[in-house]
Amino acid sequence: MTGLAFLIPIALGMGLLGLAAFFWSMKNGQYDDMDGAATRILIDDDGFGEDEA
Amino acid sequence: MNAPAPVTAEDSERPLISTRFTVPGMRCAGCIAKIERELPKLQGITAARANFSAKRVAIQHDPSVDETRLLEALRALGFEAEPVAENPLGRETEERKRLTRALGVAGFGMMNVMLLSVSVWAGAEGATRDLFHWLSALIALPVIAYSGRPFFSSAWMALSHRRTNMDVPISIGVILATALSLYETIDGGGHAYFESAVMLLFFLLAGRALDAVMRDRTRAGIGALLGRMGKSASVIAPDGSTRRVAAHELEPGMLVLVAAGEALAADGEIQDGTSALDNAMLTGESMPESAGPGSIVHAGAINLSAPLRIRLTHVAEDTALAEIARLMDEAGQSRSSYVRIADRASRLYAPVVHSLAALAFVGWMIAGAGWHQSLVIAIAVLIITCPCAMGLAVPAAQVVASGALLRRGLLVKDGSALERLAECDVALFDKTGTLTLGEPRADISGLDTTARAVALGLAQASRHPLSRGLAAALLREDVEPAMIEDVREVSGQGLTGRWQGLTVALERPDDARQGLATRLRIGLEANTITFADPLRADASETLAALTQEGMAASILSGDRTGPVEAVARELGLDAEAEASPQAKLATLEALKAQGFRPLMVGDGLNDGPALAAAHASIAPGTASDASQQAADAVFIGEKLMPVALAVRVARATMRIVRENFAFSIAYNVLAVPLALFGLITPLIAAIAMSLSSLVVVANSLRLARSADR
Repeated sequence: MTGLAFLIPIALGMGLLGLAAFFWSMKNGQYDDMDGAATRILIDDDGFGEDEA
Repeated sequence: MNAPAPVTAEDSERPLISTRFTVPGMRCAGCIAKIERELPKLQGITAARANFSAKRVAIQHDPSVDETRLLEALRALGFEAEPVAENPLGRETEERKRLTRALGVAGFGMMNVMLLSVSVWAGAEGATRDLFHWLSALIALPVIAYSGRPFFSSAWMALSHRRTNMDVPISIGVILATALSLYETIDGGGHAYFESAVMLLFFLLAGRALDAVMRDRTRAGIGALLGRMGKSASVIAPDGSTRRVAAHELEPGMLVLVAAGEALAADGEIQDGTSALDNAMLTGESMPESAGPGSIVHAGAINLSAPLRIRLTHVAEDTALAEIARLMDEAGQSRSSYVRIADRASRLYAPVVHSLAALAFVGWMIAGAGWHQSLVIAIAVLIITCPCAMGLAVPAAQVVASGALLRRGLLVKDGSALERLAECDVALFDKTGTLTLGEPRADISGLDTTARAVALGLAQASRHPLSRGLAAALLREDVEPAMIEDVREVSGQGLTGRWQGLTVALERPDDARQGLATRLRIGLEANTITFADPLRADASETLAALTQEGMAASILSGDRTGPVEAVARELGLDAEAEASPQAKLATLEALKAQGFRPLMVGDGLNDGPALAAAHASIAPGTASDASQQAADAVFIGEKLMPVALAVRVARATMRIVRENFAFSIAYNVLAVPLALFGLITPLIAAIAMSLSSLVVVANSLRLARSADR
């Protein structure tokens, strides 16, 4: 029974972590340009693609 | 790596500003690389960031660099661009983000509550079960409060207007299930339906989010209304000096100077100067119209060859262009009364489900089951019939179909557009720019290599549509331009220059009857190049495909009778020519009054009201901004086939949607008796709900290849 006291908070914490990661990535604009991200991999220029601004 | 370039406020010594452009020509990784690498090399531009999905480029630059210079820089790289005026984070994107966040929260809640529920189903008892129920409640309550908001607020809106929609039965089901589960938890009872309530929200939110994604994807690229209309004009003061005045500050009676290549900002009468005007946006006529002193000219027309002095007669809200915009506005009203199929279904569905639940409660009370058990059974009926699969039935099919169409070059704006497209039974086509390509194509077969090189060298120097058409045709043939010195453009006459000691020219042919043509002169040798506005290559195939779908087609054009009839004869269609925007609108209203559901396909601003009034409408990607906004779908490229494809796929989509509905109803017919007899446990409810949703999604995926045949 005492196992539950650890396991449930761990399960919940991992779920919350995933949710937080999802929110972060959305706020960060990771889903703003899905097609662009797919094509950017093909740009073969060293050091290119970093944000200068 | 994909972090958006932030507007750097801390870069304080040089406050940068950010300007956005739509760049429809961005098609590959190379285009992104070119824009992002080359632009910052220019003086005053700090960074450029391309958004490929939205076909937009955000440029960070010094305030001293103005919009025109940026546009020129983009053009120098080979991209036509248009500045984006409105707030880049529009309301639409906001809504999608809200739905996605709600979906994320519901997904988190569903997984964790399910984890606990499975333990209960597996046989957890006594204190453990109570603990798990309490934990479920702790997770589910905030999740339902947060994720259910889109449904609750929509249902509340509908109820407060004494209407009902899809969200009313959903909200009632979710709230009752949560309340009952909470009661069971406090009471230490055996059955809590938290996982069903959260799962229901998750599946429904998935449907909504898909719907929003579809709308966003296509609206992103569509620019601001009336972009074609001149935004300002050079007003000539009595002392002869000129100053720029914004379009809305112009007044009747002002004298303005319109340079060659400039769009008119208001209606007026020509005082001085002779030129040719491109009226295609207003009349749909492809041939430039010559205008001289005394001619009446309209806002939106583009002055092609020579500067004009124009005395303004009508400005701002009184121009012919603004009148068209007003007509469009009014014509679009009728469409907003269209009721989506999901809402139509729920109007039938909700009363049946709610009376069934009420009957179950009353029935079990009479049978003497006690109010607690009767209530549990009534709520089980509500949960099992809650339109989970129904909420997915429509958006899942529509998103898959619109994705399939997108790959074939057709952007459908939203689900309601697909529903209306499927219902259309007659098609009306505009001529210029819709059945035809809408741009003059030069016939260069008569030119030898030298002539081609000289022609390109000259044509590149001008922005006249014939020159641009000629340059485009030559560039397609990989012609290298000759070095022409001393190129001069004489308005209304043409271009002259010197090449290897010879005088070369692109000029107006003496014979005006030849229609659209230009004469290339090299020394004493002269060649006439004719231009035509050819039909789209697959126009007749497209019309045949439409006929196969049972749709009769005809032409409704603003162009002169002669050219329209020529096209009509070639395609074997009926035609109505010289139709004003009002006349086009009237034709459509008459068709609708006869009980037809017309599909309008057109591009010009003069088609705008008709596009807005039609049951469904499609515009080519080259159409005016206003027409693209009024249309339900936009097709890209030189082929007309996407129009026929759109109709076929829209109809296939509706077939799938009906299948999905039929499945949902069949499933309810089976499940409701179980619920009525009190045999539904939370486990069965959860399994039934996810199973039916999966079947609906799988069935919708069959549409993925629907556009490929």
